[in-house]
Amino acid sequence: MKRYNIRIAGVGGQGVVTSAHILGNAMSAAGKYATLVPFFGSEKRMAPVEAYVRASDQPIYEVGEVVYPNVIMIYHPQVITHGKSYTMPFYSGLKEKGLVIINTDVDIIPPEDWAILKELDTRVYMFPATKIALEIAGTELATNMGMLGLFFGITRIVGFEHIEQAVRERFLGNTFVASGGTASLDSAIEKKFKKKMELLEKNMQVIREAFRIAEERGWVEEEALTG
Amino acid sequence: MPEQKVVDADYLLLEAPRERKFITGAQAMAEAVKRANVDVAIAYPITPQSEVMHLVGDIWAQGYLKDYYRAEEEYGAMSAIAGAVRGGARAFSATSGPGLLRGLEAIASWPGHRIPAVLGVLTRVVNAPLSIQPDNVEIAYLLHSGIIVLHAENQQDVFDFTLASFVISEMVDVYIPIAVCTEGFFVTHAKGYVNMTPEDMKLPPRDPYKAPVPPTDCEIPPARIQRDAPVQKSNFMSYLIHAVWQQEVWASNIRSMKYIYKYLGGPIEVVNPDAEVFVVASGCAAAQGREAVRYAQLEGLNVGLVKVKSIRPFPEKEIRQVLSKAKAVIVPEHNIIGWLAKEVKAAIPDNDKVIGGPRVYGGMTLPVELIMEKIYESLGIKKEKKVVV
Repeated sequence: MKRYNIRIAGVGGQGVVTSAHILGNAMSAAGKYATLVPFFGSEKRMAPVEAYVRASDQPIYEVGEVVYPNVIMIYHPQVITHGKSYTMPFYSGLKEKGLVIINTDVDIIPPEDWAILKELDTRVYMFPATKIALEIAGTELATNMGMLGLFFGITRIVGFEHIEQAVRERFLGNTFVASGGTASLDSAIEKKFKKKMELLEKNMQVIREAFRIAEERGWVEEEALTG
Repeated sequence: MPEQKVVDADYLLLEAPRERKFITGAQAMAEAVKRANVDVAIAYPITPQSEVMHLVGDIWAQGYLKDYYRAEEEYGAMSAIAGAVRGGARAFSATSGPGLLRGLEAIASWPGHRIPAVLGVLTRVVNAPLSIQPDNVEIAYLLHSGIIVLHAENQQDVFDFTLASFVISEMVDVYIPIAVCTEGFFVTHAKGYVNMTPEDMKLPPRDPYKAPVPPTDCEIPPARIQRDAPVQKSNFMSYLIHAVWQQEVWASNIRSMKYIYKYLGGPIEVVNPDAEVFVVASGCAAAQGREAVRYAQLEGLNVGLVKVKSIRPFPEKEIRQVLSKAKAVIVPEHNIIGWLAKEVKAAIPDNDKVIGGPRVYGGMTLPVELIMEKIYESLGIKKEKKVVV
């Protein structure tokens, strides 16, 4: 398996760092390797956020931000349209034959940027993650799951069960014990647990949909198909 | 706190079973202190810092250390470390960047006062304009103080180097302090796998009588250097005493090499010894160098790595031998002055083959791609660069 050096750019509140953690934990669940470097400015909603993930089936020694990514994921169209990003233009440092996934339902790349991306032989996938999150999970907060789902749907570097394990860990934690002392406590925990389970299921549905779209549109990587 | 059993130092460092944990570099340093039977830790929480002294405060609260306190500032902290060690205690402190420079006057006096303390140095920018990122130029300030300087690449090194340093520094034929350096943030704040010795085993306590000078205050001739300073005798006495004393300090520094071999597997690690081009690096830059070797391998280029673990004593002989047939030597660094490149150039005869750099400053990331550019350059490979930066 090749090395994926991933830069995720989005805005505060979208769960950029959360999904980077889930990506890393899914690699770990699959017995593979990942390292993660988050980068915040002043943390607030709609302010630029970047996270960097390295993923491979070999140990990773490198440290620091990914300056030359081969995968770029744009979680919010304003990263491109408003320049809400630490790295400008959004494809800065992108290597040849890289992968760019943008959360948008319309083409937001200016023609001059398209020319450069074509010269770099980039695969650019426009993917309406927020729209899908709203339709399936009923909340745009699941946008990050859509993006994550599409990345895994394209690359297939871990199995669906590993993603599920990582998402489950994120929402339920490792320490969630569904048995309390009294009946009322039991029912309170059960209620909370039920809500979390619903949330988990909705997130997984979004990821499943992203997998389906990757397959339907023929975006799955050849390497992933041939093993 | 679990009951800790005292075990033989050789057993703990070389043979004891190890358990794999996923922890930060700061945690790795504190975990080593936990197993080192440390009597006292003294801290001044400079910003920028790492979590090390905070975590050591936690293990003091759990009962692993006898005493812990916050000094008035770094000069006070480092002077108090000297006092504690003279009083017979095993002592630990850690600092960063500007804090290290503030404590440096006291630290530079430790070797001459024969203070076998262990100091964590978690590097941060020291120069203006301010940044809080892991530039490592501060290590250069330690290189001429007589202190032993180890440079850790990752969390595992931090644990191993710190624990072994307590043993090495207290050897009678060494008996000088050791600085365990690593890059702040990249190592201290990031998690990695660390194989650790059992929590319920610790080093034997310090034996202050096993010393080349008495533990009180160096009150024995030829120099009662504390209360009866040589400078109070005559100029000639002071020249003489300083000369023999500092010669002995630097000889001690060099004598630590055999223990670096014994406990840390030697002062250097070599990957691909028959390489045409070598990356020579220490600390985090060695991790980036490791990746450069992998990139090069994928492209069919014969590139190797020399990771330098010990900066003082500097492994001149070892480096000279490994680099003797190399066509080019690339020294990537996280500082502007290139202190490692200077050391390497001074160690080998044909040093025009040393390419100083790539260097990044202010604590920025050192992309492997920059090292690759130097490799291509040294091999005369022209690459069409399409990346937009």
